[in-house]
Amino acid sequence: MLWVDKYRPKALDDFELHKGIADNLKKLVATGDFPHTLFYGPPGAGKKTLVMALLRAIYGPGVEKVRVETKPWQIELPSRKLEVELTTLSSAHHLEMNPADVGNHDRYVVQEIIKDMARSRPLNTDGSKGFKVLVLNEVDRLSREAQQGLRRTMEKYSSACRLVMVCSNVSKVMEPVRSRCLCVRVAAPTDDQVMGVLQTVTRTEGLNLPPLFAGRLVDYSARNLRRALLCLEVCKAQRCPFTDDQEPQRADWELYIAEVAANIMSEQTPKQLYLVRGKLYELLANCVPPELIMRNLLFELLKKMDDEVKLEAVSYAAQFEQRLQEGAKAIFHLEAFVARIMAIVKQYATSMMA
Amino acid sequence: MSTQPWVEKYRPKNVSEVAYQEEVVNTLTRALETANLPHLLFYGPPGTGKTSTALAIARQLYGPELVKSRVLELNASDERGIAVVRDKVKAFAAAAVGAPDPRYPCPPYKLLILDEADSMTQDAQNALRRTMETYSRVTRFVLLCNYVSRIIEPLASRCAKFRFKPLQPAVMAGRVEHICEREGVTMQAGAMQALAAVSGGDLRRAITTLQSAARLGGGTVDRATVLDVSGQVPPEVIAALAGACRAAARGSRFADLQRLVAGAIAEGYAAQQVLAQLQVELLTGGSASDPKTDLKLAGALEALGAADFALTLGADESLQLLNAAAQIRAAFVAA
Repeated sequence: MLWVDKYRPKALDDFELHKGIADNLKKLVATGDFPHTLFYGPPGAGKKTLVMALLRAIYGPGVEKVRVETKPWQIELPSRKLEVELTTLSSAHHLEMNPADVGNHDRYVVQEIIKDMARSRPLNTDGSKGFKVLVLNEVDRLSREAQQGLRRTMEKYSSACRLVMVCSNVSKVMEPVRSRCLCVRVAAPTDDQVMGVLQTVTRTEGLNLPPLFAGRLVDYSARNLRRALLCLEVCKAQRCPFTDDQEPQRADWELYIAEVAANIMSEQTPKQLYLVRGKLYELLANCVPPELIMRNLLFELLKKMDDEVKLEAVSYAAQFEQRLQEGAKAIFHLEAFVARIMAIVKQYATSMMA
Repeated sequence: MSTQPWVEKYRPKNVSEVAYQEEVVNTLTRALETANLPHLLFYGPPGTGKTSTALAIARQLYGPELVKSRVLELNASDERGIAVVRDKVKAFAAAAVGAPDPRYPCPPYKLLILDEADSMTQDAQNALRRTMETYSRVTRFVLLCNYVSRIIEPLASRCAKFRFKPLQPAVMAGRVEHICEREGVTMQAGAMQALAAVSGGDLRRAITTLQSAARLGGGTVDRATVLDVSGQVPPEVIAALAGACRAAARGSRFADLQRLVAGAIAEGYAAQQVLAQLQVELLTGGSASDPKTDLKLAGALEALGAADFALTLGADESLQLLNAAAQIRAAFVAA
């Protein structure tokens, strides 16, 4: 078992990191009931962990017996019949899905599932009708239409089905949906908290954690606990016991992006642009999301740039990332960004010479 | 029942109970007395009572039993393309009305409520034009939307338009106190002001926030819980960010700004919320002695607007926030 899973708190009582949130959730479900909720926060902050603990607090350990199912859904549209295949993770009490998996048809799928859940309401032991929980991951990737569709559905079926939504970019969830939910902000752990967790884990595993190495690990993790723990485990596989001069192993794609940034800063010519293009393609082909490439590339570039050009670089990154979201083909926008960066770096260099 | 959201539980039952929209309520009450309604178009920001009013009209006209057969409510959750307008809407609009219920006005027409009409496609709206006229004898349409500009002109001109305005804090306080009384919730000092501030005239948001806060606080609601539940960013974060933007002229480094933005993102604050609060901070916190303040602010506000627009379109939070902060900083240096 990976350490990330091994040291994941299971019950709301076990939380040390988000104790405040866990206590609030405990009060919330004390009556055996809760409103629609939306968890938002950066990756690796503990959103999913909180959701699972919340479900456990309501239904008991039964929610952990999950099965993965790929089932075709037949949806009747007024004009045609739609068949979509969808992989869901479900237990007797909840169903978890990634609406982004179904692409354009997400609005029909989400509504169909909610209606389906409403049809088969479970009975409580006292004979009253209970409710099921639908966990929607990455709701920020849910299309506008699907979110529009959720507005009334959420209200209409609120007694039969509760939605628990998880997202990292809360701006992409439209206001009407947000206003129907209890929004829970899950902050990333602070550097000290990450350090604390790393120390606890190494102590339990019977390992020694040298302070300088730990500091580098914390820096590298950028307040992402998942990243910190995964990296710690990778480092253990490489060299154990840990030493103070050990470097945390960075992911391949991160090193690759750093390399691309170095390429851009070293030479600004069409030939170099062509080389960078090849590398960007390589990254995309390895399923690194384009917005992640754009963001990391910018941050790598900012490290190497003079303050005078940073403003322009940031504004181009913001502009091209927005276009990337709306456009169809990521490589155009990534390449346009690189070309822009090369142009401003070159311009600045020439103006310095003159 | 505890499972019911308070927004649903305390939805007004009669048109006269709808809070604060006096002009709308007066006109509609008179129209209801004669039971003679034109086609209606309600527009206004979320949480101002549009859906509630439409549902109340239906209930008052037909009573709880006939509502089922005389009223059709379609919203964005339902499939509402041009095919539906042609078939379902037309079929409903064309059907003759049945026997009236003697206890209610029951005028000889049906009510078709199109909620969130601004999310209907242009084609579907166009298909409605003729239907509305042809069957106006037996069916009245009620269109509800946030943005009246997204309703095509031919449809809008066929309806009596009513604008719903954002609720004043005092009116909102009245409703909230009413609910608190019924639910046995005690509001502590300052909680009401906080509630009014975060909801910005949206009564649904105020009530949802109240319910969430009451649940977390176990019956008592204080200011901190309200702010926490509504996703407000703490003032010190905003002040630090605004400070870093302003301090640019005094030689602060770009890296400081980058660090602050990264911090705000890691804390999980919603970028649009940060922008909104940053705007207030910039507008109120500046020193009046600086003659060029207006020019600086104009540049800063433009950057805020651009970032908010980009975020609405689905751009990345950290990049947009960093860009907005950098642009504001530049605006302060330049002016």
